[in-house]
Amino acid sequence: MGDLYKALSDPTRRTILDELADRDGQTLFEICSRLIMKHGIGASRQAISQHLDVLEEAALVRTERSGRYKFHYLDTTPLHEIAERWPLPQKEPDR
Amino acid sequence: MKINVTSVLVDDQAKALAFYTDVLGFVKKTDIDTGGGRWLTVVSPDAPDGVELLLEPDAHPAAKPFKDALVADGIPYTSFAVDDAQAEFDRLSALGVQFTQPPTPMGPVTTAVFDDTCGNLIQIAEMADA
Repeated sequence: MGDLYKALSDPTRRTILDELADRDGQTLFEICSRLIMKHGIGASRQAISQHLDVLEEAALVRTERSGRYKFHYLDTTPLHEIAERWPLPQKEPDR
Repeated sequence: MKINVTSVLVDDQAKALAFYTDVLGFVKKTDIDTGGGRWLTVVSPDAPDGVELLLEPDAHPAAKPFKDALVADGIPYTSFAVDDAQAEFDRLSALGVQFTQPPTPMGPVTTAVFDDTCGNLIQIAEMADA
């Protein structure tokens, strides 16, 4: 598996995860459109595709072919590793 | 010089004519038998003398791999202007049209992407200040 922390270290890759959290199951075209139109990130389609490969190797993104289309889905499961390594504080009960 | 015709490569001209007229709502403008195929164009009913869309056969062997690669990545072949992207999404979805992207605000535009059933994805775009 690819390195989780390296995958999360890049701001463009974090923005891709933000946009997949906004709507799961996007084509490469939609991801590129959101990056340029909403965030001014005018990277090439090839560059975005490479970012997606890094995210997919870290299991933060998985792809599914549906008919003739390929969609990208967010998978936050690997983030458990972070909370297990550095446990979160217990939630204080509501006052 | 001016642009008076643009084209989409379709896998079946009769099917394309039905989809682009009955479903999308364009009207047939020119239909000439050219032997191997038809010079078949549609126009918007709002602009009958405007740019014509040529429904062009995709018989060239390079066309299908090209179209498949675009579709796999969700890339629309062309884009049409609409007044209300959500209303068109609702109307076309009710007619069974499949969208790869629902209406999504993208800065100054709201866009959506659907399958034209002839091997292409098509974008519709609503300008915020239209």
